Amino acid sequence: MHPRLRLLAALALAGWLVLPFLPLAVWSVAHGWRFPDLWPRALSGKAWGYALSDTAGVLDSFALTVFIALSTTVLAALVGIPAGRALGLYRFRGKGLVTALLLAPAILPGLAIVFGLHGIFLRLGLVGTTGGVILAHLIPVLPYMTLVMAAVFSAFDTGYEDQARSLGASPAQVFRHVTLPAILPGLLAGALFAFLISWSQYLLTLAIGGGRVQTLPLVLYSFAASGRNDITGAIALLYILPGLLILVVTSRWITGRSAAVVGTLRP
Amino acid sequence: MTDRHRILLLLAPALVILGGLFITGLGLTLLRSLRYFPGLGLTDPDLSAYRAILTSPGFLKSLGLSLWIASASTLIAAGLALAAALLLRQTFPGRAVISFLVQLNLTIPHIVGAIGILYLFSQSGSFARLAHAAGLIAAPGDFPALTQDPYAIGIILLYVWKELPFITLILLANLQSISADHESVARSLGATRWQAFRHVLLPMLMPGLAAASALVFAFAFGAYEVPLILGASAPKALPVLAWQSYTDTDLSTRPEAMAMAVLIALFGLLLLFLYMRILRSGGRDAP
Repeated sequence: MHPRLRLLAALALAGWLVLPFLPLAVWSVAHGWRFPDLWPRALSGKAWGYALSDTAGVLDSFALTVFIALSTTVLAALVGIPAGRALGLYRFRGKGLVTALLLAPAILPGLAIVFGLHGIFLRLGLVGTTGGVILAHLIPVLPYMTLVMAAVFSAFDTGYEDQARSLGASPAQVFRHVTLPAILPGLLAGALFAFLISWSQYLLTLAIGGGRVQTLPLVLYSFAASGRNDITGAIALLYILPGLLILVVTSRWITGRSAAVVGTLRP
Repeated sequence: MTDRHRILLLLAPALVILGGLFITGLGLTLLRSLRYFPGLGLTDPDLSAYRAILTSPGFLKSLGLSLWIASASTLIAAGLALAAALLLRQTFPGRAVISFLVQLNLTIPHIVGAIGILYLFSQSGSFARLAHAAGLIAAPGDFPALTQDPYAIGIILLYVWKELPFITLILLANLQSISADHESVARSLGATRWQAFRHVLLPMLMPGLAAASALVFAFAFGAYEVPLILGASAPKALPVLAWQSYTDTDLSTRPEAMAMAVLIALFGLLLLFLYMRILRSGGRDAP
């Protein structure tokens, strides 16, 4: 491609990717920004002050969302590591079926199961509880974690474990000193993206939280729906912060050789 | 312990949790869609909920709208992603910045992008203001309805914005595993650049592109919060209509909501089936 044409295409792509953030950022510091003004009458830190104040509840909601995403990720890792090991290391009858069962929740829209899940959780008394929301978030997160770990384990050599065992290491020691260090990079990358999947859930939280578990996306929507564009802008920027941090930490893994993560990306 | 037992033990927790939540969630939705609800005295399953929605013009319009949203978004995003991946495969100044932006986009929740698109393209949004400044329109109402519009343009714009980077990253991962030799051989045999792309590179990228497109289609078809923010009040995208029927104070519409969920699930399963076929036929180059 002609260098100048290429530069133009690159600029267009970069501009398009950045574009939706611009009004959010300007709104978050805008004081009076009516049509047809191209720029706010005045800039102010009011929206940020409100979003970060103790009374608004946005920070509580931030903490709650972090707690839910962390708990979901830890649970998914505890269950997903062994399952990923089975899928990555062994060939067995029914493996196709197990993989399909794991892919289904990752591909099927949440709406397909959310009503039935709501019915079950109502009976179990889990609707409106944080625990119920965490369990519900496992549906999209656990398959992802398991598939990432399966990819990690398919490149893992169990010979090292055998050697450690033959030298007298206990199962716990083998895991702690041999297996864990080998799978740690993949596990961390998988865990960070598992965190983000839980972090961006909307429908499952809305249905299972029953209005009582107010995670950040729900708070964001209620401000957007009430037309408070300035506060919406501030919350939106707060909401994308963890993703930005995670990206800075993992960007080398994604572009590098780690097909394990890329191969299981979600839209 | 034999391998069989070990495999079963390793898989058991994941299968119990996913089976427990996913299969029972899906199963209960199916039962309720057949109007089987002993608690309400409904003990004779029937298909009346399906009959009701399949003869309702509102439902058929919503189904059509969601299919339109998913097809248009997937086609545009896939086409642009192919171009973006070919662009990012080359080295040029500023490529690192664009790679970063492509990955950044992946971490952004859909709802944030949807609000950003709303503030850009609504009739009082950034582009309407620019149009006013350029003297093209006098009032917000003169600006074409690009969000909450009957053609779902805003929704499609959001999906193109959000899924273009997703497909691009998958294609770039595939490109890394394809050696440039194939193309240079084709070129040395006299193929033009276009022929080398069309007959050598593109077929090798196809499995990855098709698999990623299936995921995007399934997502755009079934996502709730994007049409909630960017969709028109009528017709509603199918997931919004289903949720509305479910939360309606009139409980009699619940079986219909369940039937819509079952149809959404069937579409999802069909795409899952296609996805797995693509993966199997595409071999190890596919994601």
